[in-house]
Amino acid sequence: MRRVHYKDIVKAIRDTIIYSTTHLSEDMHKALQEALEKEESIVAKAVLEQLLENAEIAASEEKPLCQDTGLAIFFVKVGSDVQIEGGTLKEAIYEGTRRGYEEGYLRASTCDCFTRANLKDEVGYNLPPIIYFDLVEGDKIEIEFAAKGGGSENGSRATVLAPAQGKEGILNFVKQVVSDAGPNVCPPIVVGVGVGGSFDYAAVMSKHALFRDVGTPNPDPELDAFEKEIQEELNKLGIGAMGMGGTQTVLAVHIETYQPGRMCHIASLPVAVNIQCHSSRHAHITI
Amino acid sequence: MAEYKLQTPLSDEDVSKLKAGDIVYLSGTLYTARDAAHKRLVDLILNGEPLPFDLQGAVIYYVGPTPPKPGEVIGSAGPTTSYRMDSYAPILIEHGLKGMIGKGKRNQDVKEACKKHKAVYFGAVGGAGALLAKRIKDAKVIAYPELGPEAVREIVVEDFPVVVVNDIYGNDLYEEGRKLWAKQ
Repeated sequence: MRRVHYKDIVKAIRDTIIYSTTHLSEDMHKALQEALEKEESIVAKAVLEQLLENAEIAASEEKPLCQDTGLAIFFVKVGSDVQIEGGTLKEAIYEGTRRGYEEGYLRASTCDCFTRANLKDEVGYNLPPIIYFDLVEGDKIEIEFAAKGGGSENGSRATVLAPAQGKEGILNFVKQVVSDAGPNVCPPIVVGVGVGGSFDYAAVMSKHALFRDVGTPNPDPELDAFEKEIQEELNKLGIGAMGMGGTQTVLAVHIETYQPGRMCHIASLPVAVNIQCHSSRHAHITI
Repeated sequence: MAEYKLQTPLSDEDVSKLKAGDIVYLSGTLYTARDAAHKRLVDLILNGEPLPFDLQGAVIYYVGPTPPKPGEVIGSAGPTTSYRMDSYAPILIEHGLKGMIGKGKRNQDVKEACKKHKAVYFGAVGGAGALLAKRIKDAKVIAYPELGPEAVREIVVEDFPVVVVNDIYGNDLYEEGRKLWAKQ
C-alpha cells in the first residue's frame, strides 16, 4: 500500500490550476498556429493572431488567458493500492481548487442556480468543483483537470437518437449543435462527442473527450476516420474564428464511447456534444 | 472594411459612419455590466430613478474580469456572451446607450433598437482577456460591489480593439461572414 499525504495532493492541484489557466497548453498552441496557416479569411486570421498574442501575454504576466476561469472539472482515477493520509481525496480536491482559484487571482464563477448569488462565501471560492471518480488497479492517483468556461458550455447539447439514424444522425446532430452555437462559443473550437452509454453518460463522455490532446488520433480507426469526416463537414459551415467568417471553425472532433464494446442499449443511440472554446485549459497530474 | 479611432462618449455622427466589419479602436470611458447589473439598471429606468452613470452616448462592455493582482489595474478582461443581455439592451438603447461590446449573436429586438435609435454592437475577441486587459488603463467599481465580478465598473481604455458586428443599417457581420465562407 502506497501512502500519499493530503497536503501533497492539495498543492499539486493548486499549482496545476494556476499554471493551466495562465499557460496555453502545447497542443492548443500548435492547433491555433496550424489554423492560422490554413485560414483564408483576413478577419479570422487577425483574430487567431490576437489569440496567440494573448497566450504570450498571459504566460509572461501570469494572467489568466480568459477571464472565465470556469468551473473546476476533475476526472480522477484512484489506484486501489493508494492510501491517503491527513484527509480524504475529495477534501483535498476541494481545498486544492479553492486555493488555486483564490491564490491565483482567478474568478469565482460558482453561484446558486436559483438566486444566482455567488457561492464564494457560503460554500468556498469557486467551490464546489465537479468530480468524477473511477477506481482502478495500481498505486497511483491520476487526475485530469479542466477549467471549463460557461460560454462554450451554453452551446452544448444532448439527445437520444433512434438506432436507425446511425452515423448520419450523429453527424447531423453535431452539425446542428455547432451551427446553432455559431460565434457564441468562441471558435475555433474542439468538439467533444459522447456516443452510446446512457443519456447521462453520453454527456460525461462528451466532456471527457475534451481532455484528449488535439492532434492525437482516436485509438479506434473507424472513429478516427469519422472524427475527420465530421470536422471537414463542420468547417464547411464558414463560421470561422469568433464567428466572423472563415474556414477554420473546428480544430478537432473527439469521439468517446462506453467501454468495453462501444456499448449502448439495443433500443437507443445517445449522443452528446460538449463544445470547448479555443481557450481549452486542461491538464493531467499523476500522483 | 474601414478602421476608425473613436473617443467615448459616442455621438450619432460617430455611429453613423460605422459599418459591420469595420475595425474600431475605442478610447475613453466604458462601463462594465453583465446580466445581474443590467437587471438593476433596467429596474431603475422603469422606476424613474437615476442611473449610476450617464447613459447618453455611453458604451457598455459585457465583462466580468478576474480579480486584479496587487498593483494591477484589472485582471483578465475579455468579453462575455452577449445574448444574456438581449432582454435588457433595447430599453438602455432607447435611453441613450450608443455602444455595446461583447461576443456572440444578438436577437432581432436588439438589432431593431440599434437601427431605430442609432446604436452599434461591437465584438471583441473572446478568450483574449490578458491582451484586452493591457488596453485598460484605469478601473473602479461605481455600483453594486456586492455583485463581485459582475459589479458596474467605470474603466478607462486606450485603443481598445473591437469590430462592428451590428451597425445602424441592419447589417450583421456574423451572418455576412458566414455566408461568404460557407461551402454548401
